[in-house]
Amino acid sequence: MTAAIEPQGRRPRRLTAGRIGVYMFLVTAALFFLLPLWIMVMTSLKPMEEIRLGNILSLPAAMTFDAWSKAWSSACTGLECNGISVGFWNSVRILIPSVILSIIAGAINGYALSFWRVKGANVLFGVLLLGAFIPYQVFLYPLVRIFSLTGIYNSLLCIVLVHVIFGLPTMTLLFRNYYAGLPIELFKAARIDGGGFWSIFLRVILPMSTPILVVATILQVTGIWNDFIFGLTFAGRENLPMTVQLNNIVHSTQGERAYNVDMAATMLAALVPLVIYFVSGRWFVRGIAAGAVKG
Amino acid sequence: MATLPIRASSIGAADTGARRRIRARLPAAFALLPTALIVLVVYIGCMIWTVRLSFTSSTLLPKFDWVGMAQYNRLFLNDRFLTSAENIVIFGVLFISGCLIIGFLMAVFIDQNVRGEGLFRTVFLYPYSMSFVVTGVAWQWFLNPGLGLQKLVRDMGFESFTFDWLVNQKMAIYTIVIAGLWHGAGLTMAILLAGLRGVDADLWKAAKVDGIPTWRVYTSVILPLLRPMVITATVLLATGVVKLYDLVVAMTLGGPGIATEVPAKFVMDHLFERNNIALGTAAATIMLITVVIVLAPWVYARYVRPQGRPA
Repeated sequence: MTAAIEPQGRRPRRLTAGRIGVYMFLVTAALFFLLPLWIMVMTSLKPMEEIRLGNILSLPAAMTFDAWSKAWSSACTGLECNGISVGFWNSVRILIPSVILSIIAGAINGYALSFWRVKGANVLFGVLLLGAFIPYQVFLYPLVRIFSLTGIYNSLLCIVLVHVIFGLPTMTLLFRNYYAGLPIELFKAARIDGGGFWSIFLRVILPMSTPILVVATILQVTGIWNDFIFGLTFAGRENLPMTVQLNNIVHSTQGERAYNVDMAATMLAALVPLVIYFVSGRWFVRGIAAGAVKG
Repeated sequence: MATLPIRASSIGAADTGARRRIRARLPAAFALLPTALIVLVVYIGCMIWTVRLSFTSSTLLPKFDWVGMAQYNRLFLNDRFLTSAENIVIFGVLFISGCLIIGFLMAVFIDQNVRGEGLFRTVFLYPYSMSFVVTGVAWQWFLNPGLGLQKLVRDMGFESFTFDWLVNQKMAIYTIVIAGLWHGAGLTMAILLAGLRGVDADLWKAAKVDGIPTWRVYTSVILPLLRPMVITATVLLATGVVKLYDLVVAMTLGGPGIATEVPAKFVMDHLFERNNIALGTAAATIMLITVVIVLAPWVYARYVRPQGRPA
């Protein structure tokens, strides 16, 4: 009981003009960042009659989820009117194999590069990293030709392959840097015990890779979910991802634009990365930072 | 006397050991093979192919004739391309400097022992998790003069308030900058905040003893220390600038007119819609050269110069 009297924690700061300034800045900035999200949600919950009156900031007078169900199942993306749900499931079908394959490729590459001395491996890694900086437009047309010649252009396989190919630099780098931080003695001990390339990878290295696997998954899921240009170019009409469908919904103007449906569709498209962001917290930042420091 | 056999046997062991080591490395080389193929075919092969196509007269289908610099001459007389180039410079300068300044300010203010730090961090960074399409659509709605911000302020009593940048030829590119800042500033904040947290606390004590004002410490002491983080953030933002495409497509479709065209969109349009492969690949080649020129000093500073020193 007496302990409660003792001062605890930091000494309370006086509220000086400087402190007030700090909070004013932060709150203003926070409002700027939250404003578009607020407007999106509010607009998506209003009927069109209310939207036409203006005041995009106000709470809906007659809240309705009509726009959400319309956006999900009956909004028009060009000629077809099956909503953005089509794009959602396409994105899921693209996402799962792309994420799994690109992570496997990155993990194997990173492991081979950091523990095994393969001739020319560093040159390979250098070129791969430089490739990460080259604008995609430089590769797109020849890639389309190659995929057309092999007959897989405009298919699920095609878009998955493209995601794996262009995910290679970041994924390889991510795993290589992580494995470079593991003690080499561990690897040497496993070698002395007679472990080969694959058995060491599966039994020693992979079980220690959980943190980097989580980071890689966050990075790839958000990256691939948010992709637009590859989906547009390689997926084909049947497999267009959600981002492309969203763009089609917003820009297919037949009659008056249904802003509430547009915003509901936008929220739906943003939902998956937002959930990942809010759930993963600091891991998200770690992923960007790790993927950012190229080399 | 006894040393001889031992030496002999150890040489023998080393010999077979070396051979065994090489054989053990085979699966590693094998595992890297697919990546090597991809690098060779996609990263190098497709790049050369694109550059080669830019010297042809290809339109709908690729041809392999040789027209020299003809496409480049056309490109630099093309209004759409010149506008694209100008736009990407405007966007690049404002976006990168804006993200760095706003991001640095946010990081510094968050670093003042504020309450609700986690909340502010989360709010500043969340736009980065969303796609450019979502960002573009959201800002297009917010900034449309008919029902968006302009109407809101007018309804509040400021009848003559005008904010029509989105549909104004001269100003539209700046709305793309605003949306870009909203999307990317939080990332810079996160990277710089991590840097600020790594600054030695003794440095602050020393500055306090010397009576140096806080803002001076930040500009003259902390900022130079954050150099690596600033460079990382800049490189990351710069790659975003080169890729600028989805945001423009979602927000303005390059309009009004051609006011917000950008090089990536120019290439995409000419390759896949306007059936002018040669002109599209010529523009892609110009993008490639620009990236190399911008990137070269950084690669040199980071990889070539420090050679010989332990990393």
